[in-house]
Amino acid sequence: MREPALEVRDLRVRVGTLEAVHGVSFTLERGLRTGLIGESGSGKTLTALAVMGLLPDGLGASGSVLHEGRDLLQMAEIELCRLRGDRLAMVFQEPMTALNPVMRVGDQVAEPLRIHRGAGRGAAGRQAVQLLERVQIPDAAEKTRAYPHQLSGGQRQRAMIAMAMACSPDLLIADEPTTALDVTVQAQILGLINRLVEEEGATLLLITHDLPVVAQVCEQVMVMYGGYIVEEGPAAEVFDGPRHPYTRGLVDAIPPLDQDLPERRLRAIPGNVPALGEFPEGCPFRNRCPRADWRCQVMPALAGEQHKVACWHPVA
Amino acid sequence: MSGPALFQVNGVSRRFRLPRTSFRHAPATLTAVDRVTFELHEGESLGVVGESGSGKTTLMRLLLGLERPDEGTVEYRGASLRREVQAVFQDPVSALDPRMRVADIILEPVRVLHLPGDREKTLRELLEAVGLPQGSARRYPHEFSGGQRQRVAIARALAPRPRVLLADEPVSALDVSVRAQILNLLQDLREGYQLTLVLVSHDLSVVRQMCDRVLVMYRGQVVEAAETRALFRAPRHHYTRTLLDSVPTLRKRRAAST
Repeated sequence: MREPALEVRDLRVRVGTLEAVHGVSFTLERGLRTGLIGESGSGKTLTALAVMGLLPDGLGASGSVLHEGRDLLQMAEIELCRLRGDRLAMVFQEPMTALNPVMRVGDQVAEPLRIHRGAGRGAAGRQAVQLLERVQIPDAAEKTRAYPHQLSGGQRQRAMIAMAMACSPDLLIADEPTTALDVTVQAQILGLINRLVEEEGATLLLITHDLPVVAQVCEQVMVMYGGYIVEEGPAAEVFDGPRHPYTRGLVDAIPPLDQDLPERRLRAIPGNVPALGEFPEGCPFRNRCPRADWRCQVMPALAGEQHKVACWHPVA
Repeated sequence: MSGPALFQVNGVSRRFRLPRTSFRHAPATLTAVDRVTFELHEGESLGVVGESGSGKTTLMRLLLGLERPDEGTVEYRGASLRREVQAVFQDPVSALDPRMRVADIILEPVRVLHLPGDREKTLRELLEAVGLPQGSARRYPHEFSGGQRQRVAIARALAPRPRVLLADEPVSALDVSVRAQILNLLQDLREGYQLTLVLVSHDLSVVRQMCDRVLVMYRGQVVEAAETRALFRAPRHHYTRTLLDSVPTLRKRRAAST
């Protein structure tokens, strides 16, 4: 096993009196691309925000998040600020709200270099042009002077990625980076993230509800439902032979695009995703699960070697 | 397999004037739908695919009569467009009036169009058809999840017994684990109510699953129109090919993208 870039142990996130993430543990190996799959209410975004120390007021995290031997959850805000944008970077779903609308794109992209590397205005400006060229924004020099609203959605996301990669981070967390984009643009952005992460030897945590996106980018995958990681393993194994009934259901419910004759009916997962606080006790999936019985009133541990599953009755 | 033409769309264009950005220059216009021609046949299921800004939704609005064409004609060959053509939209939260009970929402078209019949019975049948418990009738939209709200919107669209159902991105706003249910429901209703379906989606796999024939739109124009099977096996327009190649699938693994 490679050296871990991030080790999360027993992470819990509370929203008021409710617990939304129930003691999640995982390790991101250095240089690997890991996908975190989940629907609304699964806790995937809260997990990412907790790792980055960006939980909104009123939400609390406990457990530990180890990065180079130090626990990010115990760290003072001022120290976290030194890491964020430098060693740890994040790309968000909606670049229009993540970018500052009244600041020129070049200044925003160069900001991490000014803050973390002490670059002067001129040097940072020149590097901003290079960074925008690296994410393949045409007329990069001109675009550094543009404001975010003057860029297209895809270009904004490229600028966000340029900013995130400015200081060559160890860990890049991308939360639904392509959900708001068209498919052709999505393909370009995924290709770009892939290339940059590879070139920098960075570790990627890609958060999405879209299984095929993870299949295309990631070597490892974790599946979250109701605040638990229910399945984890090498992406090829998990998608070819999902063991948790929820993952199995997700894989079956996607209309296949690369098989010859689609059946007229899809195998759907029954029921709805419950609201936070309305998931059943024990296994959160048991009210929608065809295999559930009395044992599922207790949540099983995530167990296994490479390919782990948290289920009393895993799919063979 | 499909009957006579219900909609005859002939060289239709719809332009919008963009907001003025300068005092010196005239405001620019955007041609959202550009000389589109097609027929919709009774009983068929037609998919409309394209990216944002390609004119899919404007085309839907032209069919519904919510937009007037600047050029060309949209002709409905049935009896009453208002009753026989109904729509389901992407976001079931904004499509349902939060102050109305589900029963009133579903029966609103029946009331507005003064349709005859036993309303209680209609309501019971519709709830049953879309898979909602009978007790839902007295509840309000906020008490339901996204997938259930979409079921309410579908029940409302079915209430006046339409011949054509226009579904504009009906599953895009729903959780992945709920999408297949709604797609299956639309498929069942199509057969049960003998509906002609127009399904607008940016998701090619959804259209492939649901539709017999597909229009591919790009910048307001229909760049390719073909039977679904032929389109996916041998796309002719290069834009269609780009679109197909861009869609990630579970099997297309990393090798393809790097």
